[in-house]
Amino acid sequence: MKLVTAVIKPHKWEDVREALETFGVTGMTVSEVSGYGRQKGHTEVYRGAEYDIALVPKIRIEIVVDDADTEDVVGIVTKTAHTGRIGDGKVWVSPVDTVVRVRTGDKDTAAL
Amino acid sequence: MRPQSDGMPQPLLASAAASTASGDTAWLLAAAALVLLMAPGLAFFYGGMVRSKSVLNMMMMVFGALAVVMVVWVLVGYSIAFGDDLGGGLLGDPTQYAGFKGMLEADPDAAYPITIFAAFQGLFAVITVGLIAGAIADRTRFGTWLVFAGLWTVLVYAPVAHWIFDFSAGDHVGGWMANKLGALDFAGGTAVEINSGAAGLAAALVLGRRVGFGRDPMKPHNLTLVMVGAGLLWFGWFGFNAGSALAANNTAAIVFVNTLLAGCTGLLAWLAVERFRDGHATSFGAASGVVAGLVAITPSCGSVTPIGAMVVGIAAGAICALAVGLKYTFKYDDSLDVVGVHLVGGLVGTIIIGLLASSDVTSVDGLLYGGGADQLGKQLVAAGATLLYSFTATAILVWVLEKTIGFRVDPEHEVAGVDLVIHAETAYDLHVTGGARPHFGPGTGSMHP
Amino acid sequence: MKLISAVVKPHKWEDVRQALEAVGVNGMTVSEVSGYGRQKGHTEVYRGAEYDIAMVPKVRIEIVADDHDVEQIVETITKAAQTGKVGDGKIWVTPVESVVRVRTGDTGPAAV
Repeated sequence: MKLVTAVIKPHKWEDVREALETFGVTGMTVSEVSGYGRQKGHTEVYRGAEYDIALVPKIRIEIVVDDADTEDVVGIVTKTAHTGRIGDGKVWVSPVDTVVRVRTGDKDTAAL
Repeated sequence: MRPQSDGMPQPLLASAAASTASGDTAWLLAAAALVLLMAPGLAFFYGGMVRSKSVLNMMMMVFGALAVVMVVWVLVGYSIAFGDDLGGGLLGDPTQYAGFKGMLEADPDAAYPITIFAAFQGLFAVITVGLIAGAIADRTRFGTWLVFAGLWTVLVYAPVAHWIFDFSAGDHVGGWMANKLGALDFAGGTAVEINSGAAGLAAALVLGRRVGFGRDPMKPHNLTLVMVGAGLLWFGWFGFNAGSALAANNTAAIVFVNTLLAGCTGLLAWLAVERFRDGHATSFGAASGVVAGLVAITPSCGSVTPIGAMVVGIAAGAICALAVGLKYTFKYDDSLDVVGVHLVGGLVGTIIIGLLASSDVTSVDGLLYGGGADQLGKQLVAAGATLLYSFTATAILVWVLEKTIGFRVDPEHEVAGVDLVIHAETAYDLHVTGGARPHFGPGTGSMHP
Repeated sequence: MKLISAVVKPHKWEDVRQALEAVGVNGMTVSEVSGYGRQKGHTEVYRGAEYDIAMVPKVRIEIVADDHDVEQIVETITKAAQTGKVGDGKIWVTPVESVVRVRTGDTGPAAV
């Protein structure tokens, strides 16, 4: 199994979600994170004092998938999250040793 | 003619006088309540400006000041401010009205009961002390702050209030600024605004800068609270200013209009400065501009025409918007701009009377209305004297408290957050899990076995 | 490639960010998490009722990096985030099999 992690722009979440559901992905974990990189954030001014807000809101999606589905899932997320502008994010894949479904105790492929 | 409840009409003159007096009293009662509303208003205004880890402490400093100052005011503060002068117009007799003694009997000749006048004045002291808290936010010990609140009321606020608010009448001799100098200050540009601003500066300098000042982000955590606070302050300010007319009459009406207009033009002027200097007009700037305008109109509301009030607001909004940047230039940590808004705004308002006073509204004409520079000189003296006394006395008081019982919080506690360390509370419990395990009652480990 | 995950004290974020920028790390994901461990949290009291707040706010920083940059990045974060007191956090490294830059479709080291 693999863990597919994607960090994308928040306004792309709905598109990505729909595409993944259509493909057959039934579960994922979503968190609000901040990106720090070339997108550079913005400046806020409070009574003349300037603040560089370097962190940019992002959505992180994590999906544990079967080896066979990995390439498809990565492709779907990459395509639907794409805008062409800086800050689109990254998708990466890491190996997973074990996964358990808490409700049933099912392990590995049966848990996906 | 107005009939009594038993159907018998009373003579016109007596009932007219009675209804005027009851009108004045009713307005003063309401005005006092409005001034009290400025305390929670200030708590919101300041609370929204600090970081989320210290919002509760900021609100506590204002609420705590309200409680302590009012008690001290009744015990001795009112007497020092409005008691018979002990000499030189500097101090009133602290024993004369101690504990509000001798003030409870109804006076049929008075326009309003003395007790509500005294309470009204006490609430001015409350706001003045509350304002100082903004200069020393995030780093102040709460117990010491309460001690400071009581001592400062007696040593600084009450004397200055005596100078500018206590008018001589009959046998009673009042303060030097109101009577010998003849400076004009309708609702406290000196006693409240310059006083708190100078005191805030002194306290900020003596206690020192916050850990991370200039490096760590210290921006408002909740601007919606700031706007709510500004709105409540504005509402309460009508009691502060128009209530100072001590009557439900034409003067109060003019003061009301002036107070309204200065807030409006203060907002516009501050936004204009921001737009021009920083590129964006902000909500923080709008809230700040309203307050700056109101600060400057506080002394001048009884001297200027409505057009004059608009000019006051513009001057304060623009000058204060530029003044708040001084703390970064001179590197003093006036956390919430008490100096930039209240000291500078208070100076603008107090001095501008010398320029814009109109005999259509008050007893003299200012420089721009053909009255010469006489009044301007008096305003400058009053402003300068207040600034010097407040700054010096406060610096000494804060220094003594820091050296004896300790005023500033431990740097490690400051970084952890004063809400947690001083009050053992968190303002925002947004954790998805609730994040807390309760244990109630003595000796119990947790709620459930 | 590797995924470097670091959980550090929130007030150390600025120091870590600056140190990472100095060694050329120009992209990372930052999230607010809670630590639960030896740092023990604190107690809050509401009208006499005590609450143990066991969770301590932390910041999690995640960086996908080229293999040969990993050691330097880990050392940089460790030094910048250290206070010497309990609750300083941990840093760990997990393998990443593939990574895609959403904006361009680049894969591998070019995406990092």
